[in-house]
Amino acid sequence: MLGEGILKGLWETAKNFTGSYVSADRLTTVEYPEQRIAPIEATRDFPFLVFDEENRDGGDPVWEAGLRCVACQICEKECPPKCIYIERSKDKKLDYLGKAQYYPARFDIDISVCMSCQICVEVCPFDAIKMDTEFELSTTDRFGGLLLDREQLAKPNEYYHKIHPAEAAGVDAHLAEEKVKADAKAKAAAEAKLAAEAKAAADAAAKATGEGA
Amino acid sequence: MSATLDQIFVLLQHWLVSFLPAVLQPFVSVLLGVVVIIGLFPALFAFAVWMERKGLGRIQNRLGPNRVGPFGLLQPIADGIKSLTKEDIVPLSADVVVHFLAPLVLVVAVFMGFAVLPMGRNMVLVDMDAGLLFYFAMGASTELSIFMAGWSSRNKYSLLGAMRAVAQMISYEVPLLMSSVAVVMIAGTLSLTKIVAAQNSYSGVFPHWYIFTPWGLAGFLMYVVSSMAETNRSPFDLPEGESELVAGYFTEYSGFKFALFFLGEYLAMFSISGLGTVLFLGGWSAPFSFLTWVPSWIWFFSKLMMSISVFIWIRGTLPRLRQDQLMNFAWKFVLPMTLLNLFVAALWRFLGEGWERWVICSVILLLAYVVLGRTGMREGKFGPRRYRYAE
Ligand code: SF4
Ligand code: SF4
Repeated sequence: MLGEGILKGLWETAKNFTGSYVSADRLTTVEYPEQRIAPIEATRDFPFLVFDEENRDGGDPVWEAGLRCVACQICEKECPPKCIYIERSKDKKLDYLGKAQYYPARFDIDISVCMSCQICVEVCPFDAIKMDTEFELSTTDRFGGLLLDREQLAKPNEYYHKIHPAEAAGVDAHLAEEKVKADAKAKAAAEAKLAAEAKAAADAAAKATGEGA
Repeated sequence: MSATLDQIFVLLQHWLVSFLPAVLQPFVSVLLGVVVIIGLFPALFAFAVWMERKGLGRIQNRLGPNRVGPFGLLQPIADGIKSLTKEDIVPLSADVVVHFLAPLVLVVAVFMGFAVLPMGRNMVLVDMDAGLLFYFAMGASTELSIFMAGWSSRNKYSLLGAMRAVAQMISYEVPLLMSSVAVVMIAGTLSLTKIVAAQNSYSGVFPHWYIFTPWGLAGFLMYVVSSMAETNRSPFDLPEGESELVAGYFTEYSGFKFALFFLGEYLAMFSISGLGTVLFLGGWSAPFSFLTWVPSWIWFFSKLMMSISVFIWIRGTLPRLRQDQLMNFAWKFVLPMTLLNLFVAALWRFLGEGWERWVICSVILLLAYVVLGRTGMREGKFGPRRYRYAE
């Protein structure tokens, strides 16, 4: 019958209309600034730089010394809209493996250009750059205010754990493994060096005895 | 006391005018009426926008505007201020004069319609003998303004929207007129005040509104459908379908000109609801004989607001039609029904008092409704279309 569907539809919307006054569970939205829904773990918007709290190289401030980034500039090259700008340092600092590495003297991301593709995160071999969930980034300065520098980008590893717990735990485990491997390698190298030195000393001694004889 | 309250605005007008010399009096009293209409209906527009946003929100299980003022009541004022501060952009290749005139023509033409609407006992600006004719003449010129807007913008979306609007409005103008003609036939007059007066009597406690007759109910339903199409309201909002045409004929309008179009749309809704109220719902007459002490203008405006709520309710319920459904519905369903309704109204007039005319008229209309509806649905004219390749 013509018009039946319309009546059904009108009944449905009338139920919604009155229902939304009666029961609050019907309301699908929240009053945003006052109420928030819990963030979803896979949320991502813009990248940030991870630094480790433990101040390894003695320099301050902490965030600068602890940056994992070694200024290899892979992310800068891979970023599709080219919104990362990196200047490599002249000197080197020790990284968490105890290796001397460069660090970024400048690291800027223009978040007005960034398209949140996460490619920079995928290509970084040092787990130094990760995706943030902070979205309240409005500013009155649309050029300078949206160009984040090193200091604004740096966030502690704890923060990373807070926003992406599972992912951060995986990264930490991976880094610890690397460190164990590196330590073992360093130990082996040191032992080899010791053995070589001992051998050299023994050789020298043997030589000396031989000459003396 | 209640008589004074009923006539309070008329008395106020007379009192104000009485201070002036006799030569000026007729002129100033008309001017006063104009000022009141121009002030009142935009205010009502602001309120209706708020109502619409709240109502749609609730229908979609949202809260609607609730930040500006208590319950978001000041939201329309904030919107108005915003539209005043916006830049008024005119496209480089637009026809500047016509582009500028279009919103003005729309608002003026819509306001003209209010001149003949009786908004209470003795409360009509110009009591014309051919008020209905005047109203439809003015209503038809809104089509002109919409086409002016679409044409002068020199934008394909605008032009498409305008062409859709003209096709739609002309198609639905016919049934709109036809459904009102039935009322004219029974009332025997084109004057809107006399049409209201003809309905202002009671059997027992029930009023003699035309909607309470078979032909009146059918006419009213057809009138509602065509008036929704005339005012480009959802589900007939094809001319401004956002998902297809950006904003249709007012794509190239910004700032206050855009606000004028918006105002024009709502004013058209008010005036067409007002006319529907006058024709079928007894205008300013009370719904029960024991309620006649309530001032007549209260009844008129409450009926008006009820109609607006129904408009909003329907907008919150129905999706937009497709162009072919729209046209099929107008020419193959609404028009035949209104033509038949003319015949039924004539029958009603000549069958004389008695229960027979109720039965005969109802049966004819119901049969026609079922047959026309069924055939249309079966042939897929109004219902969902089957796509051969989508199955
Ligand atoms: S998320 Fe994508 S666009 Fe943004 S900085 Fe990383 S690579 Fe560039
Ligand atoms: S890829 Fe990683 S380590 Fe290399 S510059 Fe980018 S953030 Fe730093």
